[in-house]
This record gives sequence, structure tokens and C-alpha cells, in this order.
Amino acid sequence: MQKLSLRDRIKEARVTAGDSFRGGKLMSSIFRPGSPFRKGYVDSPRNRSYVVMNNVLYHLHPVKVKRHGVRLSYTLCLGGLSFFLFIVLTITGIWLMFYFRPTELAYVDIQALQTDIAFGSLVRNMHRWGAHLMVLVVFLHMSRVFYHGAYKAPREFNWVIGVILLLLTLLLSFTGYLLPWDQLAIWAVTVGGNMAGYTPVIGAQAKFGLFAGLEATTATLLRFYVLHVLFLPFIIVIFMAVHFWRVRKDGGISGPL
Amino acid sequence: MVDIPEHLLQRSAEARAKALGISIEQALAEMKGESDPTVVSKEPEVKIIEETPAPAAETPAPAAETPAPAPAAEVTPVKEEHAAETTEKVAEVAIEKKPAAKAPAPKADTPDEVDFAPEVKVTQRLLTVVKAKPIQKAASEPVDKVNTWPHLMLPEFVSLMAMTAFLILLSAILQAPLLEEANPNVTPNPAKAPWYFLGLQELLSYWDPQIAGVMIPLVLGIAVWMAFPYIDRNPETHPSKRKFAIMFYTFFLAGAGVLTIIGVLFRGPGWNWTYPWIDGIWFDDLLDWIHFE
Ligand code: HEM
Repeated sequence: MQKLSLRDRIKEARVTAGDSFRGGKLMSSIFRPGSPFRKGYVDSPRNRSYVVMNNVLYHLHPVKVKRHGVRLSYTLCLGGLSFFLFIVLTITGIWLMFYFRPTELAYVDIQALQTDIAFGSLVRNMHRWGAHLMVLVVFLHMSRVFYHGAYKAPREFNWVIGVILLLLTLLLSFTGYLLPWDQLAIWAVTVGGNMAGYTPVIGAQAKFGLFAGLEATTATLLRFYVLHVLFLPFIIVIFMAVHFWRVRKDGGISGPL
Repeated sequence: MVDIPEHLLQRSAEARAKALGISIEQALAEMKGESDPTVVSKEPEVKIIEETPAPAAETPAPAAETPAPAPAAEVTPVKEEHAAETTEKVAEVAIEKKPAAKAPAPKADTPDEVDFAPEVKVTQRLLTVVKAKPIQKAASEPVDKVNTWPHLMLPEFVSLMAMTAFLILLSAILQAPLLEEANPNVTPNPAKAPWYFLGLQELLSYWDPQIAGVMIPLVLGIAVWMAFPYIDRNPETHPSKRKFAIMFYTFFLAGAGVLTIIGVLFRGPGWNWTYPWIDGIWFDDLLDWIHFE
């Protein structure tokens, strides 16, 4: 037998080790049968089904979808992008929370974030532009749904949930607008809150409830903060879950036209 | 008597009625022994219902004259074995074709006259014909489907990546605004809402909100928008068949777009009309985007 060079022997050892690692107990406990990360994965129709079916992904996706639904030109992936943006906003938002106090110090914290903290400016920008983008994308998604008549039976109720999602998205964006505690923030929120004050009969109460007082103060800041980082995300996640569930239960994507 | 289910009897009767050219009620009555069996051989056009030559061999004459093999469905649908075990009445039903073959055979054709010896006789007969239909009917047509992995998940992943890349790039280029610290005593002029509310703010500037009310039309509008699928009862989805809805939404989009653009770009101090290229942009979100002046 030909003697292997040292290099080849190292390579062989590496491959064998890699294989026994991938096929080992640890990895097979993490990746379920059919996972492309498992040893010996082959691209077969059965495994393609398993990738979804044997996976937490099954909570989001069915094993098969209508062929016309995966054409990018049908949904433009707008619903999916709304969701992705929400994820990105959650990640960057949690990161921002490490450096932010919803008090008189809020403004200073944002300044420090931008100047003193690595990637602070970038992450703040991503969170802010991402929020604007999400409002836009959700709106476009709604328009796509409307033009396809995708709200018609049996999907009427998913439209209702969708409108709630739109309102929650706007509220999330609006409550976040106040948090930097600069002149832009406080006056934009004052304009919005004053509109609520024009509600007939309960206008004063609505405004008081929103501002936690007669005008935008740090009490308002705390209120908006809690709504923004806890309450509204919690609610919107629930409605998204129902929304996605209904997309599947209503027979997948609508159409084709 | 053997219990023959009613629906099988009914079908047998139908087949028999068809074969003999008599009414179904008549056939049924005959099978139940309530009336005399129809004598068939007088009507030569009726086919004789026996495929094996055996009976013909036994009773040569008329059967041989009418050798046309009958379609299976026309066979009287009771098994011979059963008939043999049962009382006369059922037997009559079972060997109904016998009189046909033997021509004017009397009703007295009792079971013991029939030779059921298995080596000569056909022992299997068609009881009934069940049309090939699925037990369950599929409610929907089969749809052209593809595997979610990779046909949906790869495009999703790519758009996720593209979107993230776009967002990072945007955030690297454009600095989010941060003005002076909040000061309730200094009101900027104009004070503008976030852009997605600016269309509304522009709309509201046309009349005194205190008089016209704001929230009522707003809440009503949202309620109508939510209920829209229940209002639009037109089931068509193709644009050419829902022109009104398409027009309605397009006008709404255009209106909202125009109002928002006016609010963002064309409104300055005192909410007066300004031209962005002359007076600059009075919208702080855009401050760092475009530098005029
Ligand atoms: C946070 C906001 C939202 C998220 C994350 C979201 C997500 C999604 C996703 C992922 C889908 C699958 C199909 C697609 O991508 O187009 C979908 C479908 C749908 N969405 Fe949304 N959506 C949101 C807001 C809305 C809004 C505002 C409406 C309407 C007012 C709406 C109504 C619908 C309807 C009716 C469908 C079914 C469409 C079809 O079957 O073709 N959604 N949504």
C-alpha cells in the first residue's frame, strides 16, 4: 500500500472526524432526520418534505405550497418582508435597550449611543429606518392584497387581522418616535396626541391617558417606552401568529388570478 | 329467507326490468314472489343470460337458438348458492333465467329440478354491479404544488438577505436625525407629525378639527376598512371584473400619496405653502438626507 503523505493523512483524519462528528450523537440530537445539516443528507423529495415537516419551521410553513405562490411577482414577498423587518427591529431594539433609559437621561443616552458606543450609530439608524421601512412595506403588502382581491372569501377575517396589524405597526412606530426625546420627537408626538384630544366627548380623557398628563413630559416618555418595548410587540406577535395561521388554514396564498 | 338488502334487491330489479323489458315494480314483485315470473322466451329480442353453455347442453332447444352472450350486468343478481339454500321464492328469483332458457317452463320449476352440481354449473354470478366511484369525493381539484424547501424558502432567504443588506447600507449612509433636546417651551414652526400621519395632518388643516371632529370620521373609516371584505360582496378577483374596487383603492392611494407629499415637502412655517426648491424642506426627518440652501 502506498504510504500517504502527512498532508493527506491530516486531511483524511479531518474528514473522518468531521463525518463522525456530523453523524455523532450530539449533532443528531440537535438536527432532526431530514435536516440538511445531518450526515448523509441527500436531496430527495422525501428529504425536502422532512426539512420542513421535521422542523420547528413546520409552525410557519406547510410542506408544499402552490406553484404560482412562490413566484416572486405574486406576493413580492411583502408579507414576508414585513415579518423580517419586525424581526430585525426586535433584534436591534433589544440591543438599543442596553443603552437607553426612558427618563430625563434619554436624550443624553442617545447622544452617547451615537458617539461613544461601537456600532451605536449604525444600529440606531437601522432601527429607525427599518421602522419607516416597515410601515411602508406593510402598507404595500396591504395594497398587494387589495389588488389581488385576496381579502375575499374565505380570507375576510385575515384582512380584519391585517388591519389590526397595520394599526399596531403604526402605533409601534409612533410610540418609538418619542423615545429619542429631542425636539422632533416631542413635537411630533404632541401633534399626534393633540389630534386624539379632538375626540368628541372623551377627547380630554384620551389625551390625558396618552400623555400621562396634560402634555408630553417624561411621564409620557415612560408610558410610550413600556408600550413600545413590551406591550405592543407582545400584542403584535400574537396577531401575527394568528395571521400566519390563517394564511395556511384559508388554503394558502390566494389566486392565481 | 335470506336477507337481501333492500337496495340490492332494488338494483337487481332494475337490471332485471331492463333485461326483460318490464317495469321495475313488476320485476321487484316477481323477485319477491308476489307475482308470476315473466316468461321471456316469447320475446326473442331479450337476450338470454347465460354465458356457459352448460344449461343449454342440458336443455338443448331454445337456448341454442339464442346464443347471444349477455352482458354481465344483465344477469339476475342473486347468487345461485344462496338461492339453493333458501326457500322456493328466492330460488325462483335465482333461476329466473332458467325458465327463459327452457322456454315455456312452468313456475313449478323447483330447486331440485335444477342441477346445481358445481362441475357443470357456473357457481359464480354477478350479484350486483357497483359503479367505480370513490367512497369519498374530493371537494377540490388537485393543485399544482411545489416543495416549500427549497422553492419558497430559498427566495425568502434571498429577500431577507437583500433587505438586510439594503437596510445596513442605508443606515451607513443616512444619519437618523437627532435635534436639540426636547423643550416644551420652544415650539418648532411648523410642528409636523411622522410622515405616515402627515397626509392626515394636511387633510385636517383644511378645516378646524374642533368643529369637524377628527376621531369620529377616523374611527369610522378604520371600522369600514376592517369590514371591507364584508362590504365588497363581489366574489371576482380578476381586476377586469372588479373595476370599481380597483378604482376606489387607486384613488385612495393617489390621494394619500399626494396629501403626504404636500405635507412633507410643501408646508412650511404657519402651515403655509412653500416650495422645497425655493424655501428648503421643512421636515426634520429629511434634514440629513438632502441639503438645500
Ligand atoms: C405586521 C404586518 C403584517 C405582516 C407581518 C403580514 C404577513 C403576511 C404574510 C407573511 C403573508 C403571506 C403572503 C404574503 O407574503 O403576501 C400575509 C398574507 C396576507 N395578509 Fe398580511 N401581514 C401584515 C399586515 C397585513 C395587513 C395590513 C393586511 C390588510 C389589511 C394583511 C392582509 C393579508 C391577507 C388578506 C393575506 C392573505 C393573502 C393571500 O392569500 O394572497 N396583512 N401576510
